[in-house]
Amino acid sequence: MKVIPIILGMALVTYLPRLLPAIFLDQFHFPAWFEKWLKSIPYAALGALIFPGVMLVKEDQPLIGLFGGGVAFILSLLNLHITLVMAGSILAVYLLQTFL
Amino acid sequence: MKNSPTWIKGIQSGLPIALGYFPIALAFGALAGQAQLNWSEATLMSLIVFAGASQFVSVSMLLAGAGAAQIITTTLFLNLRHLIMSLAVNNQIRKFSPGWKAFLSFFITDETFALLTLGKDSGQPDLRTPSYMTGLMITAYLGWVSGTMLGGLGAGFIPLEITTAMTVGLYGLFIGLLVPPARKSLCLALIALVSMLLNWILVQLVKQGWAIVIAIILAAGLGVFLLKEEV
Repeated sequence: MKVIPIILGMALVTYLPRLLPAIFLDQFHFPAWFEKWLKSIPYAALGALIFPGVMLVKEDQPLIGLFGGGVAFILSLLNLHITLVMAGSILAVYLLQTFL
Repeated sequence: MKNSPTWIKGIQSGLPIALGYFPIALAFGALAGQAQLNWSEATLMSLIVFAGASQFVSVSMLLAGAGAAQIITTTLFLNLRHLIMSLAVNNQIRKFSPGWKAFLSFFITDETFALLTLGKDSGQPDLRTPSYMTGLMITAYLGWVSGTMLGGLGAGFIPLEITTAMTVGLYGLFIGLLVPPARKSLCLALIALVSMLLNWILVQLVKQGWAIVIAIILAAGLGVFLLKEEV
């Protein structure tokens, strides 16, 4: 099958970036500023993962994704469990699509 | 459930991801079929690549007649962000053996990274164990792989409205993880907002995959100046 080599190549180039820090991180002891950078990564990453991607949930209708994201935002402010935040945003977008 | 073993807690933490992945993987399996991948090839891809967005892109590139080099290069750039996420995760698990680190790093995705670094268990050092992380990772992985297999076999036809709605669910996961800490700290909220803005500008300027990498590196750099030592 001609796709097998493609899949193997994809696997390799996907695993390498994931693996490199596992191999090399040990050999470094980071200065304080670098530790702060590392600790900031989750917040920066989640920000960039959320926006503008959330507008592409339905590609031609950015408002649908924004609406779902808005519902998730409000539910998170209520300190609900993460599963409920997910379920609430899913339900909201499903209902919006069904009744619009 | 307070005294359950850590791997069970890992499974519990991974379940929302698995449930979020499953319907999207079903859609991926079905789409892969349209690009002449049989169910075993689609499943193989999910088994050894395990990176959703790039898998969808590769299938649409196959449909468009792209060559191997083009698809593999695009995959590399799309998944470069995992390098930064893996840095953050591996910095938390320095005490693990090299074998565990290499094994667990395979499963770093946007979602598992988000849950490991910002989930409600992430602040508990006694849960930072190989068994907890394996439980979480394998649960998420099985959601993705089993969904792909069933979708490839044509078992799970899911209407587009439901797939769209389920995609929002993963954004709900990110938002639900980000909002609580961002609420407590203006600095953290600012880092996230700047990152959103940078990414929004950069996606219009640079190639797919790079925007998010640059946005994360720069916005996290803000933390160097904003965060106090003990954060």
